[in-house]
Amino acid sequence: MQLTRTSKVLLTAFAVVAFSFVYIPLGVILINSFSVNKSLAWPPRGFTTEWWGRAIDNEGVREALLTSVVLGLLATAVALVLGTLTAFALGRFTFFGRESISLLVILPIALPGIVTGIALNNVFTSFLGGLTFLTLVVAHGTFCIVIVYNNALARIRRMGRSLEEASADLGARGWTTFRRVTFPMMRSALIAGAVLAFGLSFDEIIVTTFTAGPGITTLPIWIYQNLFRPNQAPVVNVVAAVLVLISILPVYVAQKLSGSESERGGGLI
Amino acid sequence: MTSVAIRIRGLRRTFGDVVAVDDVDIDVMDGEFLTLLGPSGSGKTTVLRMIAGFERPDAGTIELAGVDVTEMPPYARDVNTVFQDYALFPHMTVIQNVEYGLMVKKVPKAERQQRALAALESVRLAGYERRRPSQLSGGQRQRVALARALVNRPQVLLLDEPLGALDLKLREQMQVELKEIQREVGITFVFVTHDQDEALTMSDRIAVFNEGRIAQIGTPMEIYEHPGSPFVAGFVGTSNLLTEEAARAVLGRGGVWSVRPEKIQVARGTVEPAPHQHAVQGRIREVVYVGMSTRFLVDLTVGGQLMVVEQNSDAGATERHAMRGQDVTLLWDSDHEYQVSSSSDGR
Repeated sequence: MQLTRTSKVLLTAFAVVAFSFVYIPLGVILINSFSVNKSLAWPPRGFTTEWWGRAIDNEGVREALLTSVVLGLLATAVALVLGTLTAFALGRFTFFGRESISLLVILPIALPGIVTGIALNNVFTSFLGGLTFLTLVVAHGTFCIVIVYNNALARIRRMGRSLEEASADLGARGWTTFRRVTFPMMRSALIAGAVLAFGLSFDEIIVTTFTAGPGITTLPIWIYQNLFRPNQAPVVNVVAAVLVLISILPVYVAQKLSGSESERGGGLI
Repeated sequence: MTSVAIRIRGLRRTFGDVVAVDDVDIDVMDGEFLTLLGPSGSGKTTVLRMIAGFERPDAGTIELAGVDVTEMPPYARDVNTVFQDYALFPHMTVIQNVEYGLMVKKVPKAERQQRALAALESVRLAGYERRRPSQLSGGQRQRVALARALVNRPQVLLLDEPLGALDLKLREQMQVELKEIQREVGITFVFVTHDQDEALTMSDRIAVFNEGRIAQIGTPMEIYEHPGSPFVAGFVGTSNLLTEEAARAVLGRGGVWSVRPEKIQVARGTVEPAPHQHAVQGRIREVVYVGMSTRFLVDLTVGGQLMVVEQNSDAGATERHAMRGQDVTLLWDSDHEYQVSSSSDGR
């Protein structure tokens, strides 16, 4: 497409403004994590690595990080198994109620987190004997499944049946076909789905607030609780900066994998 | 004595309300090149998929070398398929693709490597072992698919429109190569196509499919020279039919008759036919120059149209082109007319 000079300049300006809004605050957090200021004031009066040391030594941060990682891994594992199975069921077979089920699977991602949170909280406390770490895993599983399911289903559709038929035709039984053909073809989509699901679970705060058992603090909740405490702001900055750096990795990996080779959809170019 | 490689009896398959295959019987001989020819939706591919085991028939039986395989899964049948989209495994190299069948059958590594290399050589792809399917051209992928199937030395090779995605030149070249390969390996080929030229040039026998049934089965010559129904006459070659009144006027008998366009001679004006000939008057409506030959479309005075094809072997192409609108007599040997149906609406 050819653009006139004016529209090029305008579009560039818009792009710069939009990117600035997203990325300058992230940069500020990163810089602030080295600032000698004790509050979130700008500009920094000097630079220090003291907060990084304190954050690393902070037991609350370490525990919250561990909780978040374990929670994310468990929720992702649940989502991988259930999401993949659902994707195969809905992508490969036609049966009564198929469309409704596919809607029900996707719905949790669209529901407001606060609704999901309250609903799950009610069920857990009224019928299932209260909140624990397990209820938190289940709660995160509900929206992590959607991510895995979507990735898996897209791949199943694109893959078609002829590769598996070719494998069977060449003498491979069901399990061999799955191991040698289906799974390798699915693998990158599953990894991408898992990474995104983990990321989603890792920074979730609303549903977590309603479904975490007593005394369980995930990293986002720890940040929220400590943000306005005196003397904790610099440490929160460090934690946030680390999260930014860590989140770049899974997004990059997911984009690379889901858009690999000739089958690029969107994502990184 | 040749034996039967595939015996199909009373095969039937429906998809919802659609009867895709209806009461099909076929005997495919050992080492034969049989083509299933028909328009899309005529059931030819469904028959192939039932032989491979991807579809279950609703009724009927399929025997391979005397063994009933109707209920057997694909992996237990000694047949291999070349798929229309080739279905090469994109995450494997060419050699891994070709070795796949041998690997799952636990053939020792040294032997399977040697056989795979030989198979690649036989389809002239030696040196491409380490490539991925995505790095190959359409024709090369097609050959890999062929090698992957042939390396297993199946009793029967099934080919589902394998040349459909290739351009014309490559397709003609592959037709010759496929036929050569089939002669060399001596495996029974069942080949699905909707391309009549492909069917005529490659096959030992052709089964013409129409609406789930076999309209006619026979050698290419039988199918072309003696089409058994207006459908076959029309689908294989140019439909050149004399129906009811025209047939009665020209031949003295009713029904539907077919004369192939290259069997007809064009003579200017009114000419009396020789004793063994039939003749019909008409006016040339259109003259089409097609390089090797010229096509005349002639309106008959008794009603209907016939197409005539004349080779441009002499220098008369320019004269022929000027013949539009002229009154002519069409002549042919009565040996070359065939009744394709006893009534005008019959099949």
